[in-house]
Amino acid sequence: MNDLHNLSVKALANLLQTKEVSAVEVATRFLARMGGNPHNAFLDIDSEATLAQARASDAKLANGTAGPLEGVPVAHKDVFVTQDFATTAGSKILSGYRSPFDATVVQRLRTAGMVTLGKLNCDEFAMGSANENSAYGAVQNPWDTTRVPGGSSGGSAAAVAAGLAPAATGTDTGGSIRQPASFCGITGIKPTYGRASRYGMIAYASSLDQAGPMARTAEDCALLLSAMCGPDADRDSTSLDVPAEDFTASLGAELKGLRIGIPQEFFGEGLHADVRAAVDAALAELTKQGATLVPISLPRTELSIPVYYIIAPAEASSNLSRFDGVKFGHRAKDYTDLESMYKKSRAEGFGSEVKRRIMTGTYVLSHGYYDAYYLQAQKIRRMIADDFQNAFKQCDVIAGPVAPSVAWKLGENANDPVADYLADIFTLPASLAGLPGMSVPAGFGAHGMPVGLQLIGNYFKEAQLLNVAHRLQQATDFHLRKPEGI
Amino acid sequence: MSKLVQGYEVVIGFETHAQLSTNSKIFSRASVAFGAEPNTQACALDMALPGTLPVMNKGAVERAIEFGLAVNAHVAERSIFARKNYFYPDLPKGYQISQFEIPVVQGGEVSFYLEEGKETVHKTVRLERAHLEEDAGKSLHEDFIGQSGIDLNRAGTPLLEIVTQPDIRSSEEAVAYAKELHKIVTWIGICDGNMQEGSFRCDANVSVRKPGEPLGTRREIKNLNSFKFMQQAIDYEVRWQIDQIEDGHKIQQATVLFNPDTGETRAMRTKEDSADYRYFPDPDLPPLVIGREWVERVKGEMTELPRVMAERFVKDYALPEYDATTLTQSKAMAAYFEAAAKACGQPKLASNWIMGEVSRRLNAGEMTIEQAPVSAAQLAALIGRISDNTISNNAARQVFEVLWTEGGEVDDIIEAKGLKQMNDTGELEKIIDEVLASNPKNVEEFKAGNAKALNGLVGPIMKASKGKANPAQVNALLMKKLG
Repeated sequence: MNDLHNLSVKALANLLQTKEVSAVEVATRFLARMGGNPHNAFLDIDSEATLAQARASDAKLANGTAGPLEGVPVAHKDVFVTQDFATTAGSKILSGYRSPFDATVVQRLRTAGMVTLGKLNCDEFAMGSANENSAYGAVQNPWDTTRVPGGSSGGSAAAVAAGLAPAATGTDTGGSIRQPASFCGITGIKPTYGRASRYGMIAYASSLDQAGPMARTAEDCALLLSAMCGPDADRDSTSLDVPAEDFTASLGAELKGLRIGIPQEFFGEGLHADVRAAVDAALAELTKQGATLVPISLPRTELSIPVYYIIAPAEASSNLSRFDGVKFGHRAKDYTDLESMYKKSRAEGFGSEVKRRIMTGTYVLSHGYYDAYYLQAQKIRRMIADDFQNAFKQCDVIAGPVAPSVAWKLGENANDPVADYLADIFTLPASLAGLPGMSVPAGFGAHGMPVGLQLIGNYFKEAQLLNVAHRLQQATDFHLRKPEGI
Repeated sequence: MSKLVQGYEVVIGFETHAQLSTNSKIFSRASVAFGAEPNTQACALDMALPGTLPVMNKGAVERAIEFGLAVNAHVAERSIFARKNYFYPDLPKGYQISQFEIPVVQGGEVSFYLEEGKETVHKTVRLERAHLEEDAGKSLHEDFIGQSGIDLNRAGTPLLEIVTQPDIRSSEEAVAYAKELHKIVTWIGICDGNMQEGSFRCDANVSVRKPGEPLGTRREIKNLNSFKFMQQAIDYEVRWQIDQIEDGHKIQQATVLFNPDTGETRAMRTKEDSADYRYFPDPDLPPLVIGREWVERVKGEMTELPRVMAERFVKDYALPEYDATTLTQSKAMAAYFEAAAKACGQPKLASNWIMGEVSRRLNAGEMTIEQAPVSAAQLAALIGRISDNTISNNAARQVFEVLWTEGGEVDDIIEAKGLKQMNDTGELEKIIDEVLASNPKNVEEFKAGNAKALNGLVGPIMKASKGKANPAQVNALLMKKLG
């Protein structure tokens, strides 16, 4: 069973349910692969904690009380709080922090039977597109260790791509699941805003943050997403009263008659030719299966960058105020009074991108600027959502690239944050509208790096997106290819 | 109408924080009971632990609806929670969740009576708004050498901040308004009204101006936690502001604290120091939507409001408006009156006794009606003995004193003290005849037309009857005999 790490969630679940392998065996195999922390993907590993969970799963498998994913390992992005592992959100300010409770998403996956392998590296407080903003060092892309894995869920994408975990959780605020999934050649989905509880997810931008699964296949994502979603009104007021759903139920449905909207704004001059070629090829495969392509327009696509970089930092500036050195997290050693304690603790604890966004957010919410920036951004945000609804009159799903290029070199944009911001252009619109979106491997581009196809659905149409991705994966093998040596 | 102070008109607006009487906090399930050990009633959310999210306590919303109905305000179908951002150690999230642009209660008014000289005047203060918000924790600066302690038990306690228009024109009106508001919130049961424990905290925005001029610059007196200090603080502040202006100084907008020991107000911070709170809608909380059905249900379940009850007292018991308003100062007082009135069938007598003897004894003993040793039933029994002529009013007062100080049954006390009126005409006539015989001078004077001479006869008759004679009967018999 030396190739356990190459198996899908579904295959592992089957082997575990039929008791061909034990949860402890599976966990042990992955823990062995995680040794030495390849690609710097993990921030906390505790094999005892993992094996304890695996033993509990084996007991359930033995006594017939197993969940559907009993014993299948999963690793969590470090913005989900966990009792069994430290939670830092990739920040020094939370170094060594241990939560007294589990995030709802973590709890639900545990209830489904999943065993936690550890916590995954990410951009500090999920702010970044390359995973270079982690206080604990950058993550390498397993396809080319000199390149970024994407961000902010870079550790999640790298871990799945490198076979360190069969699946991982991620969070997506402006593309943080889709873009690293694309850069690392795996599958990831962000559900409709409000479908997965945000309780226990350390907030970056509350009105945008959504949890979602990342795995090799659409089917695996469907399995995890089914366990993750569902109402949580007692703990998250923005959680929607939409029942949990079996997202695997409609997998395999034919694509005949499916209208795929192609937004012209996603195929402009900023899009690299290699990415375009891979996306076009994937679209051609979908049309071969009976789907039709419909040209559509999302006229405010470019505006989504300034709108996002006003709203997200505004919310972040307030969300991150609780990290003040008073109650938990880092407190500066030397300070003279309360104000100096605040200033020093936060100056030492936060990285430069986080500080940049706190300052931007503070500025746009300030007296005299609020109307011009924040209110204006909220208005355009509503228009962007309306644009999607207009588009969905003509099509069932929307497809396009996830990012303008393949993964760039580590350090390439280190001194140019705006270059990173601009690379978010295709993922931001769906985030601002609260729509479900996913990335599915579409081929390879420059330097042999993976390229993802982005699929955007209307509200609550996750099952439809997953089916389109699944059908593509039935006809292609991009999702099964692995970086050398994995 | 408004009284000037040294030629200045006083303008006051109130902001009152009423702690809502829920069991748990406004956005968490932690208890709000007063007096627990520090930080034993602060849950993960109250400590702002990463990943926690606020969930609205419906009980707090219901209390806000009740208040809106009680003051004839508009209960907003949709109101918005906003974040007020500032750093302070007892503010765990670094922001307070409050309502800013769209509050849950809009408009409304509070009316009350107050004594001005010998007159009783009716005054109405318009409300601007009332909004829901969470309280902060407490910083403890004692007992921690060189450091401060933080107690988050209070953090997240639900508050209703009630804001008036600048309609108040004197410290007396201010106190009367605050007392009336206190009565309303305790009457409808949304707040326990305990000022010592901080359940009802008033801030007064005070300014002065020459009549007809635009509003002056205001200073806000914070945390007036007793009605007595409220009046002292405002009076001091008004004098201080007038002195400043008279001396040629301008008033700077400021927040001030009243020191009860010195009787003075002192500035805490001026406007220049005030923070930019960067209010924005809280993305963790959807708009608070209150459907008409919810408001109607709350209305249906609400207790009878004081003004409605007062109107009913006027209508059902034929009480003067003043009596009705006075008796509805507290729910317990109103209940006491209704019980007594119903039991004795003499509402006006019951009202007189409660507003007279009962209130006098309560005030003297600094007691509330709930603590009165004479029950409504006992008072009714006593009134019954007056109206059936068993005892005189004077005798009734004696019985009341005994009831209040020693307790017992009305009839037993009357018996024991021998206070029963002499209703036996034969016996009384005998006494009268004797008195007439021994006071021929008075009889002559009376017959000569001196009406006052009658008093000289009544006195000895009452004395001879040991106070048991019915004065009305004595008069009637005398007139007949002297006819």
